Amino acid sequence: MNSELLGIIFMYGLVMLLAIPLGRYIGKIFNYESTWLDKVFNPIDKLFFKIGGINPTKEMNWKQHLVALLTINIVWFVISILVLTNMVWLPLNPDGNPSMSGDLAFNTTVSFITNTNLQHYSGESGLSYLGQLTLMLWQFISAGCGMAICAAVFMAMKEKTSATLGNFYSFFVRSCTRVLLPLSFVVAIILVMNGTPMTFEGKDTITTLEGNEQNVSRGPVAAFVAIKQLGTNGGGFYGPNSANPMENPNYLTNIVENISIVLIPIAMVFALGFILKRKKLSWTIYSVMTLGFLVLLIPAVISEMNGNPAISNMGISQNMGSMEGKEVRFGAAASANWATYTTVTSNGSVNAMHDSMTPIAGMTTLLGMMINCFYGGVGVGFLNFYIFIILGVFISGLMVGRTPEFLGKKIEAKEMKIAMFIALLHPFLILVGTALASHLYASDSEALSGWLANPGYHGFSEMLYEFTSSSANNGSGFEGLGDNTPFWNIATGVVMLFARYLPIIGPVAIAGMLAQKQYIPESNGTLKTDTSTFGLMVFAVIFIVAALSFFPALTLGPIAEYFSAK
Amino acid sequence: MSKSQNNLFQKELVNEAFKQSFVKLNPKIMFKNPVMFTVEIGTAVMLFVCLWILFGESSQGSFAYNFTVFLVLFLTLLFANFAEAIAEARGKAQADSLRKTREETPAKLENGQTISSAQLKKGDIFVCEAGDIIATDGEIIEGLATIDESAITGESAPVIREAGGDKSSVTGGTKVLSDKIKVIVTSEPGESFLDKMIALVEGASRQKTPNEIALTILLAGFTLVFIIVTVTLAPFAKYANAPITIAAFISLFVCLIPTTIGGLLSAIGIAGMDRALRANVITKSGKAVETAGDIDVLLLDKTGTITIGNRKATSFYPTKGISQEDFIKSAVLSSLADDTPEGKSIVELAGQDVANKLSIEGATLIKFTAETRTSGVVLKDGTNIRKGAQDAAKNISETAGNSYPQDTAQKVIDISSNGGTPLVVIKNNQVQGVIELQDIIKTGMKERFERLRKMGIKTVMVTGDNPLTAKFIAEKAGVDDFIAEAKPEDKMNYIKKEQAEGRLVAMMGDGTNDAPALAQANVGVAMNSGTQAAKEAGNMVDLDNDPTKLIEIVEIGKQLLMTRGTLTTFSIANDVAKYFAIIPALFITAIPALQGLNIMGLHSPESAILSAVIFNAIIIPFLIPLALRGVAYKPIGASALLRRNLFIYGIGGVVIPFIGIKLIDLVVSLFV
Repeated sequence: MNSELLGIIFMYGLVMLLAIPLGRYIGKIFNYESTWLDKVFNPIDKLFFKIGGINPTKEMNWKQHLVALLTINIVWFVISILVLTNMVWLPLNPDGNPSMSGDLAFNTTVSFITNTNLQHYSGESGLSYLGQLTLMLWQFISAGCGMAICAAVFMAMKEKTSATLGNFYSFFVRSCTRVLLPLSFVVAIILVMNGTPMTFEGKDTITTLEGNEQNVSRGPVAAFVAIKQLGTNGGGFYGPNSANPMENPNYLTNIVENISIVLIPIAMVFALGFILKRKKLSWTIYSVMTLGFLVLLIPAVISEMNGNPAISNMGISQNMGSMEGKEVRFGAAASANWATYTTVTSNGSVNAMHDSMTPIAGMTTLLGMMINCFYGGVGVGFLNFYIFIILGVFISGLMVGRTPEFLGKKIEAKEMKIAMFIALLHPFLILVGTALASHLYASDSEALSGWLANPGYHGFSEMLYEFTSSSANNGSGFEGLGDNTPFWNIATGVVMLFARYLPIIGPVAIAGMLAQKQYIPESNGTLKTDTSTFGLMVFAVIFIVAALSFFPALTLGPIAEYFSAK
Repeated sequence: MSKSQNNLFQKELVNEAFKQSFVKLNPKIMFKNPVMFTVEIGTAVMLFVCLWILFGESSQGSFAYNFTVFLVLFLTLLFANFAEAIAEARGKAQADSLRKTREETPAKLENGQTISSAQLKKGDIFVCEAGDIIATDGEIIEGLATIDESAITGESAPVIREAGGDKSSVTGGTKVLSDKIKVIVTSEPGESFLDKMIALVEGASRQKTPNEIALTILLAGFTLVFIIVTVTLAPFAKYANAPITIAAFISLFVCLIPTTIGGLLSAIGIAGMDRALRANVITKSGKAVETAGDIDVLLLDKTGTITIGNRKATSFYPTKGISQEDFIKSAVLSSLADDTPEGKSIVELAGQDVANKLSIEGATLIKFTAETRTSGVVLKDGTNIRKGAQDAAKNISETAGNSYPQDTAQKVIDISSNGGTPLVVIKNNQVQGVIELQDIIKTGMKERFERLRKMGIKTVMVTGDNPLTAKFIAEKAGVDDFIAEAKPEDKMNYIKKEQAEGRLVAMMGDGTNDAPALAQANVGVAMNSGTQAAKEAGNMVDLDNDPTKLIEIVEIGKQLLMTRGTLTTFSIANDVAKYFAIIPALFITAIPALQGLNIMGLHSPESAILSAVIFNAIIIPFLIPLALRGVAYKPIGASALLRRNLFIYGIGGVVIPFIGIKLIDLVVSLFV
């Protein structure tokens, strides 16, 4: 078999090998079972709680969980804005990089607190090391918040009737210290060993083969890249992200970084099974997610490996696949593979130029973000999936003639209202945002000519991609879009905020309300949610909701491009 | 009630529904159905577009095309209204046929005065004699009568109703066949069960059930999504330089929103209650029918439900040394004057010939008391014959100094362990033998309980028997659990216990002492023959007094939910094909490459759009029969059922419109 394909199959194999034990470990952490790392972390956790004046055993209801999450986010939001707009005189700025403008600082901060990492700047020239470290802290906080709030939903899915769902701060600290930190440490070490910089010194100067002097940006790159990959953050230290050889030196680091993208999102699904003692449910959810992932991955890989028909028509051989915008050290298959991993999760790091992808791969990456729950972001991916489960349960409950119930809790009008609102929100933000941009551009394309690097369908895809990426809290860019303007900074900033917090609040509210309901024991008439039939039902709901909402937009973007190029 | 009204579209009903289809176009009525309301707005917009074209606008395509779109949308509305109207009309017709039976019946008051039934008020007392039609619902306070209830139940065998006890209730419209009764009116005019039911099916007081509300939210959500999709398409098209006509916009929108289920939703709800009514069950609310579909536990009385009436004597076992003939003689003598069902069955078993030869003239009857726990006779010649439970009999014989025979003691144990009830007969303090009484389980019960089990419903038998007997019968009949030696409060406690564990409980009952349990149960079905208190407490009344009716009610409830679910799935699945019809049609002029998306090979953009909206409209009347009849429920387990319905209505919902739209396009392309 083609070694490129073997490479990506090998990567997925490694993912599974690691994700299941990691899931068990995460399950133990949220269940407060003892692990061999307790000796190291118990004193650290205690110290944090002591400093923070937090009682980690205080039970919280779902509203208190949300308040805790929002409080953490607001405090750091303010600090982050202050740092970014004042970098020029703050310490750790050896390269003398400037402070950010107000709208860019807003966009950047929002994009990091929301786990999006949509970067309208280039790290090497736009941030000081203090700025980078602040953003790196955010990559921990936003991922930790996602895991902690997801843990609260797991608690709510237990059989017992309960108003409280554990302690948010405790989940948060445990997620950061016991999962994110150790994993990041391991990944960072591997990166450093393969040549990724890890220093606070300023630019280095090298003499190239041609004899020219060239400045090379450095910094605490390895640490940054590790958490960027593991926390589904995706914001690179350098502008070109993991396509840059400093961030991603070789195929080995590419494997490690690629695996890191999906590791925690998949492990969270297995953690659910360990926590609820419903392993079959975990496998069902995992299977649905994986089926969706493969439906997106396979066409993308095939399309990229077949190359661009427009280039073939010119008589140029493409036996390496479509290599425009790709790194030779990764190749077409591994780049398409990464592109799919990074868009189905809300990661958004890239190792190739998405703008140069073939229309099919452009569409599958868009679809991955439009659906946003085939694995999804750390913690929040499951929350998105949860909404589709609720919708699936409701429709299939009616189909078997029984008032819908999920894990023994009845789904009623109130839950449906929230679920429907959240399901609506994502298409709303993407379509309305893109419509606004299309309208502005179409009304005065001369004045806004700086927006789009490509006219026509591809230009439309660039705008659609930017809003989709913002709303999915993904953060990857189709690029080719002049996005550091007040319009894009503010519009995408607003979209990111809504798209981050409402889809957290919604599922938590539903789970919290269901947790308070009475548990109904299973009978023969109960629809089991851990069967392949129900899995297919949820898959159909997800695909129909996403496909139906976005089909017209995709038609005018990648689909039109595909048929035109044929 | 005639069950022959199964023809879905009777002429007069269709006429009435047709008229109502237009009446319901009133936006105020339409507003209650958000999906169809948006279609109405779209239709109105199309009307303006047509007028606009008449006044000279040229950018919107031909008048004929726009007008056709308008007409098809208008038809969509009418079809949806028609579905609701025909369901209402059917329910109303059903109720009317019931109501006819009770119009203007004269009622004789106690003082001899005769007034019309309409003037009867709650608390009035009237008298009925043989041949009279009972004027209104009430309770017998004096007397006993045989009554022909065929007018409401369709059952021709007359029933006995008497004052006191659990069979004191009479229904307006039924006929007294013999004797004379005094009846007290129990409901105000216009407030009887029937009146309430009629109001429900006529829609006047029909409240949406929780599931209907949740489904409406889902449908409203989908409608909103498609509003966003269509509205944002305008700037997209502007960017792509592919202007879209208003007709195309509205067609896209109407095709995408779930009009099929939106149009049929209320029809499905009304039809559910109508089906209950056809099963001769009067429901107090639509919610009760829906809840019935969710039932987890079913409480059934043993007597009359699982077993036929009461215990019957099945065998005589004389003690060693007593001849069979003598023993039977004693047994019959002790029972001749005993008018309990058990006593009668002993005489029956012995045969009338034996009974005719015996006489108890001049004998003293000894009634059963809780102290002696025996009953019997002391004949003229002083012969003392008693029958009763073993321990009482043993006591009597041993007190008299007679030993208790070993073989009888063994027989008693045998009978008990076989689920029977042993009755020991003693003559002059000497044990004669033992009579075996057995419960006769109705035929077909086992299959019915099996069916319930497959639906996920646990059946519980309630009986006054001792646990041993109860267990035997429970096993024989195939129920899952039993409550033995049940007192009225036991039922109540059992229901509360199950409810506390999160289960929904249904029960049937007729007596006044059942009333609290009926009220506590999630679905309480009172027998029409039962007391007024029972009928008030339950949320359904079964006109047939058929204790197994609950099974039917559960299925009706499940059908109701399933019909909604499957049609929703079908409706949404349809959108895939509609997209493939309309989206290429919208852009093909500006982006010819999109011909590749026109996988159905539709003739032209206009024919494609027309075909999609026409399909969207005519699928509604096509599905009306399904909406009214309901999707068949099969107890094959939830997952299998989901698979089945997902296959038929999900896959079918994706495939059928591709075929339908293509066929319609072939016809439409002849004209466009």
